[in-house]
Amino acid sequence: MGRPGLAVLDSNGRGFVGELMRRAFLIAVPYVWLLALFLVPFFIVLKISLSDTALAIPPYTPTLDLSQGWSGITEFFSQLDFENFVWLTEDDLYWKAYLSSVKIALIATIFTLIFGYPIAYGMARAPEEWRPTLMMLIILPFWTSFLIRVYAWMGILSNEGYLNQFLLWIGVISTPLTILNTNTAVYIGIVYTYLPFMILPIYSALERMDESLIEAAEDLGCSRIQAFWLVTIPLSRPGIIAGCFLVMIPVIGEFVIPSLLGGSGTLMIGKVLWEEFFSNRDWPVASAVAVVLLLILVVPIVLFQRNQQKQTEAEQ
Amino acid sequence: MTSDVFTPWDDPQAKPLIQFKNVTKRFGGFTAIDNLSLDIFEREFFALLGPSGCGKTTMMRMLAGFETPTEGHIILSGQDIDPIPPNKRAVNMMFQSYALFPHLSIWENIAFGLRRDKMPKRDLEDRVEEMLRLTRLEQFARRKPHQISGGQRQRVALARSLAKAPKLLLLDEPLGALDKKLRQDTQFELMDIQEKTGTTFVIVTHDQEEAMTVASRVAVMDQGQLKQVATPDRIYENPNSVYVADFIGDVNIIEGRATAQGDETYQINWAEGQTPLTATSATDLSNGQGCHLAIRPEKVTISADRPADAVNAIQGKVHDIAYLGNLSTYYVELANGTIIKAQSANTRRISRRSFTWEDPVWLSWTATAAVLLAN
Repeated sequence: MGRPGLAVLDSNGRGFVGELMRRAFLIAVPYVWLLALFLVPFFIVLKISLSDTALAIPPYTPTLDLSQGWSGITEFFSQLDFENFVWLTEDDLYWKAYLSSVKIALIATIFTLIFGYPIAYGMARAPEEWRPTLMMLIILPFWTSFLIRVYAWMGILSNEGYLNQFLLWIGVISTPLTILNTNTAVYIGIVYTYLPFMILPIYSALERMDESLIEAAEDLGCSRIQAFWLVTIPLSRPGIIAGCFLVMIPVIGEFVIPSLLGGSGTLMIGKVLWEEFFSNRDWPVASAVAVVLLLILVVPIVLFQRNQQKQTEAEQ
Repeated sequence: MTSDVFTPWDDPQAKPLIQFKNVTKRFGGFTAIDNLSLDIFEREFFALLGPSGCGKTTMMRMLAGFETPTEGHIILSGQDIDPIPPNKRAVNMMFQSYALFPHLSIWENIAFGLRRDKMPKRDLEDRVEEMLRLTRLEQFARRKPHQISGGQRQRVALARSLAKAPKLLLLDEPLGALDKKLRQDTQFELMDIQEKTGTTFVIVTHDQEEAMTVASRVAVMDQGQLKQVATPDRIYENPNSVYVADFIGDVNIIEGRATAQGDETYQINWAEGQTPLTATSATDLSNGQGCHLAIRPEKVTISADRPADAVNAIQGKVHDIAYLGNLSTYYVELANGTIIKAQSANTRRISRRSFTWEDPVWLSWTATAAVLLAN
């Protein structure tokens, strides 16, 4: 500190190194996050999927024994194989479950969009002082346990449930409808649970939209409905796409709703996965099911990211 | 047509394109337009001028069809347009925000209105190309609105609203988003396009210079009422009220009492110990009636000595000088503290300026220079 010349050099040097470290740190944080919370668990699951089932704790073999050094590691890798994945192709239960999951997810997403879009539109067109309240109403159910809300639907949809009682009371039906333990109940549960994920991105796209665009469309000869199709829908498309992916991706792997509201005919991969893990205690096959599920989901996730990126670029 | 001068408003035979007939518009308890009647003629470039909140935008939105009058009627070429929705009116609007469709190219933006009319493909293409040529946008046709500059966007908005060849084009603060230099160029472009297409333009603006430059007639509005409707020069030279005189350009307002002094000439006593001022006025004022004298600063001459033949001359000292480059405005303080502005062209270099701060000076103007406004 007594030598000013050196002090300058010193602080410059430190500044440069400090800058590099700061950058490295900033880049490292998301990568460490990704590594710790996604890649490491994924590789553990992948490893189990390549193992064989065994009557042991944990219920698979081989396990990595590092005490034997290098030979232990090579021994470990030599025992891994793809027979569980081959098994998935041999039993048609699995691909039927995958297909059925994707089908249920697609149909449920379309229903969620049909219900979600008008709600989002109404919110975006509501007086400005009302919007925070409406937003609150959409988010409010999240404050109650998801499981309890699904159980509540069992109470509503069962043969003696509120819905049937109400329909009998107003005389629309004479015998109770069987809704619970059918695919219909699953769709109702999914639409109910995932509606906010559809509403919020569409709402944010609609709210940003300049009202004068609609007036301009009308001024140029559009009826209200034409203006909606030609201007409002195209401009809210990024929101629609984001909402659809946010609903579809988690619904494909959904377990709670089909197992509580669905019946024996409801085939979803989440349920198969659970049964492999806990009924059959076949962790390797269950892991293989999970890995394939992830690979199926990678496609829509990549498409979703693309959509988000395009939207940010368009906004700049 | 005997004369080249375009003045249909002076011709009692001329049929107006638009008529506001005792139009009132209320929003809840607020009266935006107050029992207003106005005629606008075909091929006019008509400016609605006023401060924000004066009702000019409401007038425009009623013409476009986005608002309907609470009372009264609006007639467009002989037809009451109140029940006609905006998409069925032969009126197009250029929005203040331009309202270009961000998901469509420039070409598709211009074609948007034509497509709604189910125009045949060939005609539609010709019309869009014509509009692109008119607004010099040919090379931007394939771009999206966010890929062009503000001035180009403004031209796209104009092209889009002109494409359907409307009877009436409404322009809502069309140049508000442009910088000053570009705005001036665009003003002349607008006038050019208006003349070429022969469309009636109604422009809403709060910029008096813009209104004066482009318009054939200007309506000065305040609190939902028309204060004066006249050509720009009449608005400037013969304002009918202190409000109009003050709103348009710079003005000195002197308050006093008038005394008749022969044919259309009045003497105005305006301050204790000051010689009365002389002004002419075509309107009759009774003796002792309160009045305002409005004098434009550029009509006030500033000199070191009392001009021998001046009708009105008052003495003061230079309080402040606003140097604008081509002009200088002198703020001259009179003995009673009143400030009078006098403007003169800087014909000489600034180092050779005749007057400086605190200099005693004489201000003078002719009897016809000032406008006498009765209270």
